[in-house]
Amino acid sequence: MSMKTAEIKFGGRGKKPLAAGQGKVKRTWDRSNERIRDVMHSAAFLGPSVTGVAVFFIVPFLVVVYYSVIRSPLNPEFVFLDNFKAVLGNSSFRTAAGNTAMFSAIAVPLAVVLSLGLALLLECRIPCKSLFRTFFLSPMMVPVASVVLIWQVVFHYRGTLNVILANFNVEPIDWLNSKYCLLVIVVLFLWKNLGYNMILFMAALNNIPKELLEVADVEGASAAHKFFNIKLRYLSPTVLFVAILSIINSFKVFREIYLLVGKYPFDGLYMMQHFMNNTFENFDYQKMASAAVLMALVMVALIALLFKVEDIFGKDVEG
Amino acid sequence: MKKNRYLGRLVLTVIAALFAFGFLLPTVLTISNSFMTQSEISANYGKVFANVSGSDGKAYIADTVNLKFIPDKVTFHQYIAVLIRSPEYLLKFWNSVILVVPIVLLQLVIASITAYGFTRWRGKVRSFLFFFYVILMLMPTQVTLVPNYLVSDWIGILNTRWAIILPGTFAPFSVFLLTKSMRRIPASLIEAAKLDGSSEWQIFKDICLPQCRSALYSIAILVFIDYWNMVEQPIILLPDAEKQPLSVYLSTINSSEVGLAFAIATIYMVPSLLLFLHGEDYLVEGIAHQGSVKG
Repeated sequence: MSMKTAEIKFGGRGKKPLAAGQGKVKRTWDRSNERIRDVMHSAAFLGPSVTGVAVFFIVPFLVVVYYSVIRSPLNPEFVFLDNFKAVLGNSSFRTAAGNTAMFSAIAVPLAVVLSLGLALLLECRIPCKSLFRTFFLSPMMVPVASVVLIWQVVFHYRGTLNVILANFNVEPIDWLNSKYCLLVIVVLFLWKNLGYNMILFMAALNNIPKELLEVADVEGASAAHKFFNIKLRYLSPTVLFVAILSIINSFKVFREIYLLVGKYPFDGLYMMQHFMNNTFENFDYQKMASAAVLMALVMVALIALLFKVEDIFGKDVEG
Repeated sequence: MKKNRYLGRLVLTVIAALFAFGFLLPTVLTISNSFMTQSEISANYGKVFANVSGSDGKAYIADTVNLKFIPDKVTFHQYIAVLIRSPEYLLKFWNSVILVVPIVLLQLVIASITAYGFTRWRGKVRSFLFFFYVILMLMPTQVTLVPNYLVSDWIGILNTRWAIILPGTFAPFSVFLLTKSMRRIPASLIEAAKLDGSSEWQIFKDICLPQCRSALYSIAILVFIDYWNMVEQPIILLPDAEKQPLSVYLSTINSSEVGLAFAIATIYMVPSLLLFLHGEDYLVEGIAHQGSVKG
């Protein structure tokens, strides 16, 4: 690298090129000066945000970690894993964790597959594509609170769905208060999230090198072959990204449940956030703190796992 | 062969149309039902909303609901009732506005400054910090609400609007997206400005921000819809029903006001739908640029 580019990269304001004989001392002096200036500049730009994040997230989270390993704020005796054991043994926590995991296990794969399907559908030669895109994306912009009324009408025991099913001689089902409740929420979740994921997939499909597909066409590859051997390989980072996004969104599904059936839902809809709300209401700091720490650990593990997988697949595409 | 292809396209179009129907249905029904008279709504849905909260629904098996697209008689009565006769709904709507608008503006201001910091200078500490922001962004509310609650309690803003606005201001979501779009600005632009003797602030203000205009718009829409839809935060950080946004209040509307509920629900989706119709292309572009979590 030449001197000049180095200067531009690290250079301060209005800096003149050094005269030939000025020597090394001056150069190193300038460079450390610039480094200090860089640090100060970046600190000025990053400062406000880092301060805010530290105050509202990091410092209190460290306190949460601290709370999770002591007896109580009034009796700060170090008990290490006791609180975690208590939470893990707590039956409401188990129900909540089980339901949340169950919901994610159903909803996330469906969200990935269906949104990829929609993106592929809009790649085909069909009329009014942009209109369809708008329609598919629109639920994202509709506040859930606005449509829960319709959802209640459809899935109520005497609701529309049961009326329709009655025509086929199906016994009425109490959708929101039976084992089917999770299904209703899955539908609502998919309705809300598919459009967003679809856009991510559409962008990724656009980025697949056209030549590759053309070559495959010339060589007479079948559509299925093209999909599995070319498209899916290029899509794999997006598949993972959509999976992460859907997992996170699936943890947010409390919102839909709260709006649909209120604070005290049927057992099958009792989610992590319900559990957290109860601990807030009872000021049970130990339970609250250890549940939050557990949840954070699970998230970090999930993210690390997905990053690892993305690394492996990413290399696969490059190579 | 050709005929086959036509048939295939027809099938695909029908599938797309079916999906479109499903996606639009709830929104369209909410809007169309808001033009019904109170008596029609009671007649159609009375049986559902008479006992929304928990009591046993099986007592009335005989009666079922009657979901309708088109009202028997179109009326603006519900809207007039909401807008003029029941100021409490407008108050809740206003609550939503004064929570969400400051969050969107403040978060974008902080995020654009921060994103410039992350774009312009790289280094071990800063890339670690950025990585940390990504992790924080991915944390679910169940995790972040606890720290937010503790801080709000310590500094005495619990149960005030600030308990929601301040954590919202520093939420890392838009930092992540903006950094991604700022990193796409050609380095030569910034270097040229530097050689011209522009200060960092000038480069940020005059070069980077204008380059990111569409990204800023799409992020603003995303942040807006996220907070316009919020439920968890107000329940815990702002338990005072008086100050809660409409998104929470809508679910507590009781059966005597179901007629109004559709009108309120429609009014509540108007701002975000308008934003969507106006900025759809920016939004799509903004989402598309997210790509992957890394980088």
